[in-house]
Amino acid sequence: MSNTTSSIAPDARPRLPHGVRLVHSEAQGGWVLLAPERIFKADAIASEILKRCTGETTLTAIVDDLAKAYAAPRERVLTDVTALLRGLADKRLLEL
Amino acid sequence: MAGNGAAPHNPLGLLAELTHRCPLGCPYCSNPLALDPRRSELDTQTWARVFNEAAGLGVLQVHLSGGEPGARRDLVAITAAAHAAGLYTNLITSAVGITLATLRQLAEAGLDHVQISIQDSEPTSADRIAGYEGAFARKRALAAEVVRLKIPLTINAVMHRANIGRLEDMVTLALSLGAGRVEIAHAQYYGWALKNRSALMPSAEQVRRAAAAVEELRARHHNEIVIDAVVPDYYARLPKPCVGGWGRRSLNVTPSGKVLPCHAAESIPGLEFWSVREHSLADIWANSPAFNAFRGTAWMQEPCRSCARRDVDFGGCRCQAFALTGDARATDPVCHLAPDHDKVAAFASLQDDAPYVYRRM
Repeated sequence: MSNTTSSIAPDARPRLPHGVRLVHSEAQGGWVLLAPERIFKADAIASEILKRCTGETTLTAIVDDLAKAYAAPRERVLTDVTALLRGLADKRLLEL
Repeated sequence: MAGNGAAPHNPLGLLAELTHRCPLGCPYCSNPLALDPRRSELDTQTWARVFNEAAGLGVLQVHLSGGEPGARRDLVAITAAAHAAGLYTNLITSAVGITLATLRQLAEAGLDHVQISIQDSEPTSADRIAGYEGAFARKRALAAEVVRLKIPLTINAVMHRANIGRLEDMVTLALSLGAGRVEIAHAQYYGWALKNRSALMPSAEQVRRAAAAVEELRARHHNEIVIDAVVPDYYARLPKPCVGGWGRRSLNVTPSGKVLPCHAAESIPGLEFWSVREHSLADIWANSPAFNAFRGTAWMQEPCRSCARRDVDFGGCRCQAFALTGDARATDPVCHLAPDHDKVAAFASLQDDAPYVYRRM
């Protein structure tokens, strides 16, 4: 079953699959992930991670970028990013 | 603004019933018994305006439905308008009436997702339930093209007595068609399904086995397909929070332009619905009497009014409360606390093999 702690390959290039879109909605007050029959409100941290999931950037680069942008410990960022991406991948909202 | 002391949220979803016309005659159709004729349908430009107003109101997803949306010759233009408004577009189709060429045009118009209904995993039974010979084969063909075009596919299977024993086969079929998601949707008894209830109602034992099968299939096919289940509420103890609460998250525009809190709302007598022909969607959402009739909790009676779950399930479904008790303000009798809860079991026990009353215009 789902395992939110399992690691993701450092050179994985996470991306949103066909049919999943990250959009900003003024009326809903922030970023939302739209998927078939599903809507996930992405909080500030999640939306910053998801904006970087373009299919071109590696996990390592995403984590480096976020750690730098938010002056946060890299290990901590890696843990948070991994948990979010793994959880979304389990729901088929992300491809790793 | 809203009555009953509840300010409306922004809606998230819009069900656009583009037409009630449909080549199929499924006996559990959620459309009302009185269907809108073609001459009363909204035109392309009006739908485009509705989509723009919906996006402005906060709606994120539009479900292009019917009837069979493929019966509209302007389906591609309608889809393009929804996409241009910034909405996530979901086509809900029987697959009969959408040609492969039309599907390719829809993909170019920005279609985000397709949901195809199947009536059974066994072709003869499927066509019998649909009341349309050859429907099953067409569904296979359209599903293959959806996958080829890399549009995510959901298979929707409405479950009832004639097909519930093949639940596992239907999930297997959805997998073989390349669906990323399958809805195991037990028939909900409104409209045509209510009319055919005794012929559709499964036994308690069938429902129990189906629930166990869904759990087992979810575990087995984890990472392959998402299995969503709509529960058979005649056998439940707690009511469903129908449409996420009346006038809270979604709205439904009928083929002729009436705006409803849910697709069955017209079955409740005395509600005043407004039309997109006369009002903006924002005005309707905030001020139409039908939307405000059951917003919040002030309309509730006991046992709902003092119930700890009143903000969880909102007293259940208003249409079901009316259909089964004659009072739309009553606790949904599916709830074990409802004074009329015994009626649900009594209705569920009415099972016969009467011929279906097929849904026809």
